[in-house]
Amino acid sequence: MGKIAILEVREGKVLDALSRFWHELLEKGLVDALLIPQELGEGKNVVQTLVSHPQSLERPDPLAPVLPVNSARIVSQMTKVAPSPRKIGVVLRPCELRALVELVKLKQASLENLVLIGIDCFGTYSVSDYGKLAQESSSPTQDFLKAVKAGKQDPSLREACQICEYPTPMNADLVIGLIGVDVEKGILVEARTPEGEKILEALDLKPSDEKEMARREEAISKLVAQRTKKRDEVLERTQSEIYGLEKLLTLFAPCINCRNCKTVCPLCYCKECFFDSPTFEVEAEKYLGWAEKRGTIRMPTDTLLFHLTRMNHMALCCVGCGMCQEACPNDIPVANIFRLVGLKLQGTFDYVPGRSLEEELPLATFKEEELQEVVER
Amino acid sequence: MPEEEFEPIIVGLLCHWCTYTAADLAGTTRMQYPPNIRPIRTMCSGSVDPVYVLRALLSGADGVLVGGCHPGDCHYVSGNFKARRRMTALKSILNTLGLEDDRVWLRWISAAEGKKFADTVTEFTQKLKKQGPNPIKKYWSI
Repeated sequence: MGKIAILEVREGKVLDALSRFWHELLEKGLVDALLIPQELGEGKNVVQTLVSHPQSLERPDPLAPVLPVNSARIVSQMTKVAPSPRKIGVVLRPCELRALVELVKLKQASLENLVLIGIDCFGTYSVSDYGKLAQESSSPTQDFLKAVKAGKQDPSLREACQICEYPTPMNADLVIGLIGVDVEKGILVEARTPEGEKILEALDLKPSDEKEMARREEAISKLVAQRTKKRDEVLERTQSEIYGLEKLLTLFAPCINCRNCKTVCPLCYCKECFFDSPTFEVEAEKYLGWAEKRGTIRMPTDTLLFHLTRMNHMALCCVGCGMCQEACPNDIPVANIFRLVGLKLQGTFDYVPGRSLEEELPLATFKEEELQEVVER
Repeated sequence: MPEEEFEPIIVGLLCHWCTYTAADLAGTTRMQYPPNIRPIRTMCSGSVDPVYVLRALLSGADGVLVGGCHPGDCHYVSGNFKARRRMTALKSILNTLGLEDDRVWLRWISAAEGKKFADTVTEFTQKLKKQGPNPIKKYWSI
């Protein structure tokens, strides 16, 4: 095989082993730069950084259980205008990778010259929860990995993560495998593309055996089953909370039209949002007309219209990263709502966002013979 | 109140090349059909973003009729096929949220089918009369 190797971990120091790995990528010139999360502010947060010199790679920690932004947005920002001229290794979680694949299909990002390094994900905390953990411990990441190894499931992880059925990366060149792996002894590095293999060959790593892989596969399916079960439970609850106009309006009553959910969403792809356009700039007379017709109108207007439109525009591509939820100042369960709507919609078109670069976006393509029932009953 | 007092309002988003022309034909040949539709001309059913359908419904329209060319006849080759996917998605979303997706109709009516246009409006109007007013009208908190 030769496509799977083990990154040796000494004295249980997982981050040190990985740190050597990242340094080597830069030192050997296998990548010209790395987009990688590093600790910031005495460890209070871990944010994406773009690093071009190995000596500047100070505190990389892509395993830290926190996701301040979905980095697909960052990669899009960097490659939307023109693809990268030099090789960048981008270290992403599965939901970030999936969102990136969707953005590429939406022509909002380019994978040219990118080496996609996906890492297994056990879930993440909100930024504020992570900050608290960082104050109590010198390495929340090590603690987290220990807890995972002991089979503990922290109910304070973000709910979006607890119900995420894609804990391993899809469409990566290299995968940093943690699930089903005794990370205190070694981390699995898997090359899934020729590009990934080239890098793996250039690094001096121990080859892995098939037994290790089988163990990993088994652990992954167990975790996926567990999360799928949880997802179904949670979304069933969401369905009952949301079903019908009355409940829907109650759920969105705390919405203040800040549109944070749109701002942080990696898949709200429009360069200019329709709701920020002059379409919605109308004179007082119009408002008065609406108010007269209904007696009262909620101000600002179009709260529900905004959310329903957003669903129509991006729910098919929704990867369930839950960033919208994190950004909502009033704890509206937007992530669960979009997850629920998205899942049903994706089922209609047999589409899994982030699964494949070749699969066309359902709304950008069609079949001549299909969906007749929508047109004639 | 007697039932006939409710006159539904249908917003028609009609393709310039077919259904809008069909509406014209129905008029010039003096076909009788209910005056409940408010036609809006669009260049193609494929240019109808769901936001317009939703806006009509949330503003209190009782029904929305999106009219396009028959499959294979789209002036822009495939706009109507894309409209069909978009409206399928819209209906799926309304369905998941427990909103009435049958207030949205997508129909293929060619420029020659004045009668089909008149019949469709008649049928939709009767259906909506039976179904009753759009419940969204009762709420101001949208």
